[in-house]
Amino acid sequence: MSKTILVVAEHRGGALRQVTYEAIQAATLSSTENDQLHVAVIGHPLDSLTESLSSIGAEKIHLIDHPDLQQYNPEAYLAAVMQVIDASNPDGIILGHTAIGRDLAPMISAKIDAGQISDVTNIENIDDQVVFTRPIYAGKAFEKKVFQSSPWVVTIRPNNIPGADSSGGKAEIEHFEYAKPASLRTVIKDVVRNTSGKVDLSEAKIVVSGGRGVKSADGFKPLQELADVLGGAVGASRGACDADYCDYSLQIGQTGKVVTPEVYIACGISGAIQHVAGMSQSKVIVAINKDPEAPIFNIADYGIVGDLFEVVPLLTEEFQKVLG
Amino acid sequence: MEIYVILKQTFDTEEKIIIEDDNVSEDGVQYVINPYDEYAVEEAIQKREEVGGNVYVIAVGPERTSEALRTALAMGADEAVLISDERIGSDENIISKVLASYLSSQKVDLILGGYFSVDNGAGQVAIRLAQLLDIPHVGSITKLNINDDKATADRDAEGDLEQIEVILPAVFTAQQGLNELRYPSLPGIMKAKRKPLQQLTIDDLDIEESELTPKTARTALSLPPQKEAGQILKGETIEQVKVLVEKLRQDAKVL
Ligand SMILES: Cc1cc2nc3c(=O)[nH]c(=O)nc-3n(C[C@H](O)[C@H](O)[C@H](O)COP(=O)(O)OP(=O)(O)OC[C@H]3O[C@@H](n4cnc5c(N)ncnc54)[C@H](O)[C@@H]3O)c2cc1C
Ligand SMILES: Cc1cc2nc3c(=O)[nH]c(=O)nc-3n(C[C@H](O)[C@H](O)[C@H](O)COP(=O)(O)OP(=O)(O)OC[C@H]3O[C@@H](n4cnc5c(N)ncnc54)[C@H](O)[C@@H]3O)c2cc1C
Repeated sequence: MSKTILVVAEHRGGALRQVTYEAIQAATLSSTENDQLHVAVIGHPLDSLTESLSSIGAEKIHLIDHPDLQQYNPEAYLAAVMQVIDASNPDGIILGHTAIGRDLAPMISAKIDAGQISDVTNIENIDDQVVFTRPIYAGKAFEKKVFQSSPWVVTIRPNNIPGADSSGGKAEIEHFEYAKPASLRTVIKDVVRNTSGKVDLSEAKIVVSGGRGVKSADGFKPLQELADVLGGAVGASRGACDADYCDYSLQIGQTGKVVTPEVYIACGISGAIQHVAGMSQSKVIVAINKDPEAPIFNIADYGIVGDLFEVVPLLTEEFQKVLG
Repeated sequence: MEIYVILKQTFDTEEKIIIEDDNVSEDGVQYVINPYDEYAVEEAIQKREEVGGNVYVIAVGPERTSEALRTALAMGADEAVLISDERIGSDENIISKVLASYLSSQKVDLILGGYFSVDNGAGQVAIRLAQLLDIPHVGSITKLNINDDKATADRDAEGDLEQIEVILPAVFTAQQGLNELRYPSLPGIMKAKRKPLQQLTIDDLDIEESELTPKTARTALSLPPQKEAGQILKGETIEQVKVLVEKLRQDAKVL
């Protein structure tokens, strides 16, 4: 019997987020041949998305476009996504493990009484069973999990499952009239976009990270310059956050974000176990530290023993030369 | 104001993970209050100091969890409840139903929890609980203000800041930066010994045993491949930088 898998899309600045292509791929990996792939898109305005959506490889796109949905509001988004769920009756629902997905997925799971596997980094089919891999203890260990009931909900960690290439077919697009809940108990008063124009830390291919060795908020400037040249994002250790050199939203580690970029450049970070948990699965790790005994060198692919304020600007300059 | 904190006991973040017989070994492990839940306890105490009322800390877990609850009492919480029962499966869905079953019979104005647990890290329990109790929630907060029957909170959304107002009762999950933690004082620790810590089993709750079947199961557990120390570059700084750029361009397709 064919099943339906529903991906809840995310978009930003009028374009689909990379994690949505990864979620589509995740849906393909969790389905068998005859399964139907549906995509729910919620927000406002959505006009600019229809083209990229129609070729995303889904059978059906469910659009709910309403001014009330311009900002993420948990109750409003749950109501909207439930309209799609009621209409499409999915067996599986996949979201990104992002600010929205982390918030919305458990609401959906409780609402439809589903099991949920969060923060999935790999999906495989073993003996006809779909098996989900996820980190525990912030990546100090990994577990494989399966569902014992249906429907099910999964959130996927950005940057781990390769994105589907948008080539497939022409999806049928269905517009829903947003059925606004009678009373919302949640009101979004204001949204301050600190991140607009910047590369998202959890999706970044390159992360330049600063620790207490950066010494001040100004000390992050050379790191930002390097990140800009590389098209990457800036992260931080808790040492730097605690010292108020930067915002906690940049913190990487066991009590911060876990990142898995292609290249992680740790500047003035000692390499405490809690920090390492959040970045050790990066593909290539570079450490710049003036202390040759710093534990970060034990996990770095390349290390430079030196003063970050000398090394980082030189790196920026050198990359500028070779990248043009 | 009746303030509830849901908290979990977790491994100290300093602990290395050792796998034994397909399980994470608990031998000699130090336990702490889940770091995010510590912020929740602190916030609850601060709110009680502001608006009056009581702070209750509640946990579902094995017997050892009572240590974490005692610590919260020593920080200043008033009462603790431990729901401990072998029949409770270890699944976010079940834990949230057990908590909901207990809390739905209490008068609740405010529930605080953590953004996620630093061990299992699903980030589901608190939000599921809000949904099961049919009350609103704000996840990952860095600021909380109570104004009578409403609360406003700052939510950290991947670096963006959302200011959200909700009608109470509501659930909030604590992000780092919410407050400065206090540590238990000696008098606090002495006093905590006499504060009520009630222990319950599922027989004390209104919950069907059929609700306690996990919807997910673990099939394997493994450690990540050990990262090998690489090379420390040598020579003049500028030479090292040039070599590094070269190496990175070989290794990483994105450059
Ligand atoms: C419950 C708990 C949770 C935690 N969670 C996290 C977490 O999620 N993430 C996290 O990062 N930490 C976390 N920590 C903190 C962690 O234990 C460390 O304290 C922290 O990572 C240290 O930050 P740091 O490396 O920047 O600072 P330090 O350890 O002080 O290291 C600074 C480094 O900079 C180097 N340095 C100084 N000047 C220069 C220079 N000019 N050039 C080059 N190098 C220089 C020094 O040699 C040193 O190695 C947690 C701790 C606890 C207790
Ligand atoms: C008998 C028994 C044994 C258990 N043994 C273990 C064990 O060895 N290892 C383990 O990791 N877990 C254990 N648990 C707890 C349970 O497995 C987890 O709490 C549950 O799966 C929650 O998932 P999570 O940790 O991802 O929490 P998340 O969903 O990430 O937690 C988010 C927030 O919800 C709240 N919360 C989460 N869990 C609880 C809880 N149990 N009680 C109160 N508030 C909570 C906290 O505020 C937390 O910050 C046990 C539970 C029982 C009943």
